[in-house]
Formats: sequence, structure tokens, C-alpha cells
Amino acid sequence: MPVAASAIYFLNLRGDVLINRLYRDDVGGNMVDAFRMHIMQTKELGTCPVRQIGGCSFLYMRISNVYIVIVVSSNANVSCAFKFVVEAVALFKSYFGGTFDEDAIRNNFVLIYELLDEIMDFGYPQNLSPEILKLYITQEGVRSPFSSKPSDKPVPNATLQVTGAVGWRREGLVYKKNEVFLDIVESVNLLMSSKGSVLRCDVTGKILMKCFLSGMPDLKLGLNDKIGLEKEAQLKSRPSKSGKTIELDDVTFHQCVNLTRFNSEKTVSFVPPDGEFELMKYRITEGVNLPFRVLPTIKELGRTRMEINVKVKSVFGAKMFALGVVVKVPVPKQTAKTSFQTTSGKAKYNASIDSLVWKIRKFPGQTEATMSAEVELISTMGEKKLANRPPIQMEFQVPMFTASGLRVRFLKVWEKSGYNTVEWVRYITRAGSYEIRC
Amino acid sequence: MSGHDSKYFSTTKKGEIPELKEELNSQYKDKRKDAVKKVIAAMTVGKDVSSLFTDVVNCMQTENLELKKLVYLYLINYAKSQPDLAILAVNTFVKDSQDPNPLIRALAVRTMGCIRVDKITEYLCDPLQRCLKDDDPYVRKTAAICVAKLYDINAELVEDRGFLEALKDLISDNNPMVVANAVAALAEIQESSARPIFEITSHTLTKLLTALNECTEWGQVFILDSLSRYKATDARDAENIVERVTPRLQHANCAVVLSAVKIILLQMELITSTDVVRNLCKKMAPPLVTLLSAEPEIQYVALRNINLIVQKRPTILAHEIKVFFCKYNDPIYVKMEKLEIMIKLASDRNIDQVLLEFKEYATEVDVDFVRKAVRAIGRCAIKLDRAAERCISVLLELIKIKVNYVVQEAIIVIKDIFRRYPNTYESIIATLCESLDNLDEPEAKASMIWIIGEYAERIDNADELLESFLESFPEEPALVQLQLLTATVKLFLKKPTEGPQQMIQAVLNNATVETDNPDLRDRAYIYWRLLSTDPEAAKDVVLAEKPVISDDSNQLDSSLLDELLANISTLSSVYHKPPEAFISRVKAAPRADDEEFADAGEAGYSESPSQGVDGASPSSSTGTSSNVPVKQPAAPAPIPDLLGDLMGLDNALVPVDEPTALSGPPLPVVLPSTTGQGLQISAQLVRRDGQIFYDISFENGTQSVLDGFMIQFNKNTFGLAAGGPLQVTPLQPGASARTLLPMVFSQNVSPGAPNSLLQVAVKNNQQPVWYFSDKGSLHVFFGEDGKMERTSFLEAWKSLPDDNEFSKEYPNSVINSIDATIENLAASNVFFIAKRKNANMDVLYLSAKIPRGIPFLIELTAAVGVPGAKCAVKTPNKEFVPLFFEAMEPLIK
Repeated sequence: MPVAASAIYFLNLRGDVLINRLYRDDVGGNMVDAFRMHIMQTKELGTCPVRQIGGCSFLYMRISNVYIVIVVSSNANVSCAFKFVVEAVALFKSYFGGTFDEDAIRNNFVLIYELLDEIMDFGYPQNLSPEILKLYITQEGVRSPFSSKPSDKPVPNATLQVTGAVGWRREGLVYKKNEVFLDIVESVNLLMSSKGSVLRCDVTGKILMKCFLSGMPDLKLGLNDKIGLEKEAQLKSRPSKSGKTIELDDVTFHQCVNLTRFNSEKTVSFVPPDGEFELMKYRITEGVNLPFRVLPTIKELGRTRMEINVKVKSVFGAKMFALGVVVKVPVPKQTAKTSFQTTSGKAKYNASIDSLVWKIRKFPGQTEATMSAEVELISTMGEKKLANRPPIQMEFQVPMFTASGLRVRFLKVWEKSGYNTVEWVRYITRAGSYEIRC
Repeated sequence: MSGHDSKYFSTTKKGEIPELKEELNSQYKDKRKDAVKKVIAAMTVGKDVSSLFTDVVNCMQTENLELKKLVYLYLINYAKSQPDLAILAVNTFVKDSQDPNPLIRALAVRTMGCIRVDKITEYLCDPLQRCLKDDDPYVRKTAAICVAKLYDINAELVEDRGFLEALKDLISDNNPMVVANAVAALAEIQESSARPIFEITSHTLTKLLTALNECTEWGQVFILDSLSRYKATDARDAENIVERVTPRLQHANCAVVLSAVKIILLQMELITSTDVVRNLCKKMAPPLVTLLSAEPEIQYVALRNINLIVQKRPTILAHEIKVFFCKYNDPIYVKMEKLEIMIKLASDRNIDQVLLEFKEYATEVDVDFVRKAVRAIGRCAIKLDRAAERCISVLLELIKIKVNYVVQEAIIVIKDIFRRYPNTYESIIATLCESLDNLDEPEAKASMIWIIGEYAERIDNADELLESFLESFPEEPALVQLQLLTATVKLFLKKPTEGPQQMIQAVLNNATVETDNPDLRDRAYIYWRLLSTDPEAAKDVVLAEKPVISDDSNQLDSSLLDELLANISTLSSVYHKPPEAFISRVKAAPRADDEEFADAGEAGYSESPSQGVDGASPSSSTGTSSNVPVKQPAAPAPIPDLLGDLMGLDNALVPVDEPTALSGPPLPVVLPSTTGQGLQISAQLVRRDGQIFYDISFENGTQSVLDGFMIQFNKNTFGLAAGGPLQVTPLQPGASARTLLPMVFSQNVSPGAPNSLLQVAVKNNQQPVWYFSDKGSLHVFFGEDGKMERTSFLEAWKSLPDDNEFSKEYPNSVINSIDATIENLAASNVFFIAKRKNANMDVLYLSAKIPRGIPFLIELTAAVGVPGAKCAVKTPNKEFVPLFFEAMEPLIK
């Protein structure tokens, strides 16, 4: 049964109900008490997101300072429920101008009630596209960056668009200048052993798109991925061009992409929503270009002193540079005194996260930087500690670099009026969980 | 910029309600709107604003859509508490449902469906009829769901007004979202009805597959989930479906992906071509892996499902083990699940890498996770014999770190490794012995003592080691005491020298005279007798070769696994339990009926109970079988058998509380027809005239005649076995038969803790052997000879130590009459001995006896008419107590 929820509650961290909506009659009204008593006030909180109490199941997520709890009593579709929560929060954010927290809920409760009524009926999720909902659910005091049209104008065909085959785009859009912005954003995830061998490494990327296009355009996107290129060569019966191709492990698409066509022809074709959206996500594990190498050496000198030496090498092109590089080296809780030497950037000891934090604002390609630190510890007589230390973690972003090597080859736009479009493409690679054991 | 609604929460002055009342009746629109907002704000924080009902409803007639929605919201919340006033709203609803604005039409129908007040429901039908045929798809899609709402309130009305047909017509609607909602509504209605309402024919299949391409992500989930009940006719049909569903694997919505995976896995069963199957496996792996980059909660759901999928098709993710490596910042619930899957995917090829990971985890901070990691190493050793040595060396390295809980966990798994590979790795015992003094957990201690006893001949100072434990013998928990006893006996048999001789004396003395634990005492006496009569025989018994254990890796039973896989993405797949195990409310079997059964017996059920819900014709079954078709999966004919096939409903139909009556009520299904390839078996142990029978019923849902039924029972706690051949005549397709099989007690008693589980195998000439297990209740074993004399009761009560007394509260049991209760209990062979009054409570003394002469002395305390009864019991065999309490529950209901 694809029912996703019998009731949904929004609670603050103390457990007060901020807003709630009962969708079905099969759960009682006092479910929140059960959640507070059996989950919030116990050690259970955070140990498992799906819990059964009595005849009801509770599915909960924490988003900023709000707990969102879904209660069901039937064999509900759990993925549907969690996905619904994720999408609903995205929708609220888009209405509230980017924030979702306790205050935002209190300040918009009328709107949230209205949205909750619209996006789920009898426990079945309905249309959650912000673009469409904003056509007919408007509140004063709510402005979104993308719909600048006056809100008092009635939208006669809103209902057709909610249910239409292109349920994510409204008709009759006009832009003076037709522009498309593509952002390829990649996160590199790395887990490296203390000896420098790569244990796990993958890239999760997404293509974010911002469309300001008139009418109902058909778009087609070409990437330098192997399967797509091969298929294309096959269709045009000519050998595929040599050059770097990459192999995507998996791709998932926004609902606007025609999946059947992707499956048969391997082309990404779609009618885009207006404004900003996430076109696709992909994952790559083979042939990842790691932007940084980290070489830590940690020496324990007796019970009270440590010497930490971390060398970071950038291995991307010399003309590029990384921004916001942060290296976090965990140190024992009983750290008393630290001293540092760095070849670039600044380092300090942050006691609240028990780490040495080394920040380098701008890190050019093909260079290296080192930090040496001496750490003095308070000697403790306590029980013998585990030998293990948490891994070194790294944050960075490298503009115009893709760890996967993915490139956009073309983006074609067809519209019956035949206007010209300007396309902009940006690339950026960020650290996902970039961890080096030490 | 965001709203400023928080101001509506701030009015907390006294006299708030009258003030609001005034504002609600203001002549200014804006003021009224603000007032309604304040009412809603008050409602949100839990204040009772139901007294404003009339005033709020008066604001309903408005052009302002926002205000209208707020009033509707108020109505949904309070209409139930003010049913008489709710009628005030009906006019506006009906009017709104004809409004030129489709948003308002839909809103009216949607809201009316949420108001569960009979008076409103009556008026809902006409608007709903219109809206189902509305020109606007938005109204139609809302009306479709509304039919499901109405069905939940009044199913009869839905059927009478022909809404089901209208809903089915919507499957052919040209708007995909309308189709999707109609499918969702039909699927839900089907779930609560025993009649085939929503059958997916090849024709509807085509329509649904077409709509799948066009509808919203959620609509795709509705359609995919309803398709998962479609049974393909052959391999080609299945391949066709899979081909149309496979593109969904690329969807960004995890629910779409998992529902698609569910269908593909189900259809794969039918596909014969190994190439196609291999190809499908290859296609499913990447999307499953991608789910692991979603939000942690979604990852958790995905991991629980992947756990099932790799049990069924291990090849799918065989090469992807790396993606299950834990990230340092993963939440604990994600880490635990990843670990479980890593064990399942561990193979000779990747074990080195896996061990490095486990070793890393074993030094992390979270103690539970560390323990699980250590256990995982042991489980890999047991699973992969070629890697066992490497696993052990990792365990030894961990032991050397000397972190207490790591050492203890390691010792527990090493014991299992010794059982799996006898006489192979004993060289490490010396290392283990070094940690002896630090053991403080019973399980670890018991494991270590087992190791010492088992290998006493190779450990030079085994006697010293054991002796060090013996000092604290009386204080040890039972688990450790039992191991100490056995280990000492082993030591003595292996090294019958003076030291062990003295030790054994001390232990036997401790374990017989000084203990209250019957298990320990029984075991000690057996050893004592063995040792004193025939030491050689003792050797044969105590030092006998043990069967080698194997790795279970928490494997699920295959029929359960199939059921769970059919429920991928639902709660059932997360809990790893079939839906009926955790859903207390099954619509088709209202609880009220269970009680009626208990009272009415056979005679009272000459006519079909008035259940509009099912609408099925009464079944004309033989003899005892009842005629409530809704909850009668075992009943013969008129329910077409494709029902079970279509919906896998049969499980949902089993009443949650097993009926207590001895005859008449339907038997619980023990083998659903989905598992039995069409054959459905329902059975239950019953007691008649001092004899135990297996009341068993077969329903033939296959296309052919089934004959030659035979039955076999596995060893069980009571040694229950068939007392004769199974007398079932050949079963025509669609027919059913029910029989009483007399049962006898044999010597084939299964060892181990008592349970009421009956493992049964049934075969016939046409089908493979079916295995199922049936959980009986202890009360059928209560013998007619259970009555005790008052004096012997008193003596027995006194002679049993207090340790053997247990009690349990039954908070929901109500005793309305003492006499009736006594009579009722006596009917189940629980005999009344005496009663007394204690304050306002009645105390009853009763006795019962189960085979092998095990008596139960019972003290039942309750106040007449007040819920809650307390049952205390004394028995020499404590291990039967949990079963006993379970059996008493229905008897004192």
C-alpha cells in the first residue's frame, strides 16, 4: 500500500507541537505523547529512524531544530514517507526564502496548513513541485525569487498544470533574454588508510540547472560519458571521437527527464521546470582524480607529548586553485597546549571538536603545504584507551575542476518560436567525506 | 522574506474565547480572517476552541479562498465533537462543490471526505458523483481519493452508489494523475475487502504501464505498488513488464526506485532465461548503491531492504562491498546495517579488505558498534573456512589491545569458531587464558569456561583456572554455573586425578544442595548418577563429539524472505516481519467478531452476520467451519481462489487474536496459498474429550486435483505426533476439506527450552513437501487429571521454593463473575480449588497439569468487574512458565 502517512507532526527540540495534520483516522490524536515518552526522552533518540510503539510506527527525521514525525498504523511505504518529508521541507524552504526552522514554521503556520492540505491527500502524496504550487497557493508576506509576477492575478489553468503531463512547468512564460545556467557540482568522497592506500573513493555529482527560457522548450544534454557517446556513434554510424570519456556508475534524473527515452537512446531529453532545479545526479567510482593527497605522520613521544606533521599536496592543474581548504586533525581530549608551524595558512586548536584546524584560504594547483604541530597532553591515569583515532577530515572546493572528468559536450534547446539561447556552464568540485585515517 | 504568523499565537489573555467570538462576528472581513487565524493558532497549540464552532462556520461563506481553507481545516478537527452543528456546514459544502472554480470544487470534496460524521457523509454522495465526472482533472483526481475515504467510513454506501465502477472507469482517464490516484484508491479498497474489486487484467496492465511514463513521481509509486500484485502469466509476460519498469530505476525518487526493484525481483522469479536474469541483476546494482548517498534515514530503509535482496540474490551486489564500508560520521543505525550487509557479502575474494575494515571499526568509540564488529569477524571466520585463520589472527590482535569489552566479545566468538573448526586453532588458547581475570560478562565467562573444559587435556593448568572460578560459584549467574558444572565434569573425566576429584565434589555439592535452580540441580544430578554408576558411559555422554555448527548469518527462512521481498520499501521490509505481525488493526476482521465467536459457538451462526463490508455470499461449509467469509480464508469455495493469488491477502485476514473457542471459528492460516502454490492450509491444535487433535483444513486453489495427503510432525517439546494417517479425500480444484487428526505423545521429545512451536510437513502427490510451523497454545495440553486436592495443593505450594514462583499482570482482562470464570477455566482443564477474599479482591486457587506430570499451582487475583488480573504460578519446571502465562491470557479474558 503506497500510503505514506496517517499523521504528520512538526515538533521543536523540546517536543512541543509546532504544527500537525491528521490525514487518516487510524491513528489517535495523542500520538505525540507516545513519541515524546518513548523516543524523545530516551536514549533511543537517534538510534533508529523507524520505531514501533504499540500499534503505530513512527518515522522521524530531524531537520535543523525541528523533528518531523510521521505516524502510520498500516504497512506504509517507508521510502515514500521519508522522501515526502524531504521534498516537503524543500518546498517549505522555497516558500520561506531558504530557511526551515522552528521560527519559520511559527511564522508561516497558515501557509503550512494550506500546503499540507494540498501536497498530501488521505496519506497519499500529491504534487509537491514548488513551481506549480506557487501558481495557486500564495500568501502575502511570501515572496520567492523566481515568481515575480503579481500574485493577485487569478491563474485560470492552474489545475490543468498541477495534473498535466508536464506537471512541473507552467505555460506562457516569456523572457527577453533566454538563458540557461548549468552548474556541475561534484563531491569527492575518500577514505584512505593510514598507509596511504585508497580504501574507498567515489564521486557523487549533480547537475544543477537554472533556466530562464520562454515557452515550452525541449532540451537535450550531451555529456562525455562512455555509454552515451557509444550510442550516439552507433546511431550516426560513425566511429566515436577519441578523447576522454568517463564511465558513469549510475544516474538518476529529475522527473522531467524522459526515462524511457534515456533507456533506449541514452540521451537526456527533457522539458525543464522554470527556475532552479536539480537535473540529474550521478555516481562514479572508476578513474577519479583526487584533488589532494594528504600525508600525515603522528608520533607519540611518551605519554604527554605528540608530534603531528601533515603534508598536503594539490594534484590538480597548476593554473587552478582550491578555495576554503580546511584540514582537521583530531587530537586527544586531554590536550593541554599546542604550538604550530605552517608553510601557508593558519592553524589553531579547537577544543570543542578536539581537533587541530588548519585553514588555507587559497591553495594553488601543483603545490604543497605542511603543518607541524606539537601537542602537550595532561597525563591521565585512566583506563587504557583504544589505539584508534578518528580520521583526519578535509574540506575544500576547487572551481572549474571535476574529479570525475565529466564535461558537458552540448546543450541543445528547441522551441517552436526558434529563439536563441545563451548557455553558461560552471564546474566545481567539493570535498564530500574526505577522510584519511591516521 | 517570510510570514509573521507567530503574532497569532500571542493572545493568551483571559477571556480569549469571548474576545475571539466577537472578532469572528465582526463586520470587517480582515478582522474575521485574523480571528480565524487566531483560532487555528490556538487549535495548533492544543487549546480547545470547539466552543467557537458556530461562529467559525459562519465565516465559511466567503469568496476568500484562504479563509475558506482555514475554516475547512477547523471543521476537519472539530466536526466530530460537534456532529449536530456540523450539519450547518453541509449547505456550503454542497454549494462549493458546484463552484465554477475547480480549486474550490476539489477543496469541498476533499474536505467533506475528511469529516467523518454520518450526517455529512450522506450529503457527500451527490457531489462526489458529479466530481468523479468533472471536466477538470484536478477535481477528478481529488474525487478518486475521496472514494477511498468514503469507503473507509461507509463501504456499503460506496458499493450501492456505484462509486467503485466510476473509480474503475477512471483507470482509463486520459490524465495520468487521475489514473494514479484512482489506482491508489482501488488498491486501498481492495486491501480492506475480501471480494475481488481491483483485478489487474492484461488490459489494465497496458493502461497502467502507459500511465507510468507520464505521471508524477508519487503516481509512479502508486502504480508500481499496485502492479506488484499482478501475477504474470508466463516468462514473456514477465519480461515485458520488467522491460517497461526498468527505466524507473533511474528516477531521482527513492520510492520509485525501490518499488521498481520490487516488481523486477518478483517478475524475475518467472523469467527463465539466465541471460535476462543476469542482465537485470546488473541493472539493479547501481541504483541500489545510489540510494546510499541519500539522507541517512533513507539510507537506513535502503539498507534494510538490501539486506533482504542480497539474501535472495547474492550476486547483485557481490562486487559492491566497498560501498558498504562505514563512514566515520555515519549515524549508528546506518553503520550497524552496513556491517550486517558486509558480513553477507564477505567472500574469499574480498575478505582481506573486509577484515581490515572490521579491525578499524573494532577500535571506534561506540561500544555497541565495536562489539558488533568483533562479532562480525567471528561470523566471517565461521562462514569462510579458507579465511578462518586470518580472522582469528585479527581477533588475537584485538585481544592484545586489552580493551575489556573487545576481549570479552572476542572470546565469545572464538568459542563458536572452535565449535565450527574442532581441533584446528587450539594453539591460541594460551593467549585467551591471559585475559581470564578481566572477564566480567556472563556470556564471555561462560564461553571461556566452556573452552577450558573442552580442551582441559591441552591446558596444563586447567584445574587451577577452573578452581579460580569455583570460588565464586554461588554468586555466578545461572549461565556461568551451568558451564562451570559441565567443564568441571569434563576436566574430571579427562584428568581423573586428585585435584579435579575434589573440585567435582565441591561443584556437585554446590549445584545440588545449595542451589535453587532446578536446571542446574537436574543437570548436576544426572552427572552425579552417571559418574557414580558408569564413568565410561559418562565419558561417552559428556565428551561425545559435537555436531559442527554452521554459519547462519541471520538468514531468514525462505518463505518469509519471499513475503518480505514482496513488501519491499514498506514497513514490513524495514522490520523484517510480515505485515500481520505488527499491524494490529485489520479492517476485514473487526475485533468485535472474535468475541462473538467465543460466546456464540456454532449454533448462533446460522445466518451470515450483517457485514456490508464484504458483501460475499455466505459459505456453505461442512460441519464446524463458520460462515463469515471475510475472515475465513480456510472456508471452501465461493470466494474465488484467485483472490488469494491476486492480493496476497490471506495473511491479512488472520484474526489477530486467535479465537479461543474450540470449534467453529476459522482456523489460523499456517500455509498461505501464495507460499503453497495455491494450496492453503489452516490448522490449530484443539482438545476434545481429553484428547488432543490437530484441527486442519486444506483449500485447493490450484488448477488440479490434489490427493494423497500425508503429514509429519518434527520433534517438539511435548513429543506430540500424529496418532494416525491423515484422512483427506482427493481435493478438487477450488474445494476444501477439514479434518480432526488425533495426536499422541511419543518419546520423540526435542531438547532445549520448551516452546509451543509445532513444525509440520505436509505433502501430497502433486506438489512438493510443504513445511510450516504452527504456534500452539499451552492450554490444549492441560490434562483432565490436573485437579488437586486442597491439602496436596497446600503441601505442594509450600514445598516449592519461592524462586519457582512467578507472576504476571493481565491489565486488559476483566472478570465479571467468579462463577463463570471458574466454569470457563474448568472447561479448559484449569481446576478450581479454593477462593478467598482479600480486601476488595477475589483470590482464586487453581491447578492444572501438562504432560509428563508437570503441575501448575495457580493463584489468580482480581476484582470483579475491574480490568486487571494478576496471575501467580508455582511449578517445579520454571521453563514452562512463559508458555503458561501465554496460555492463560485468553482463558481469563
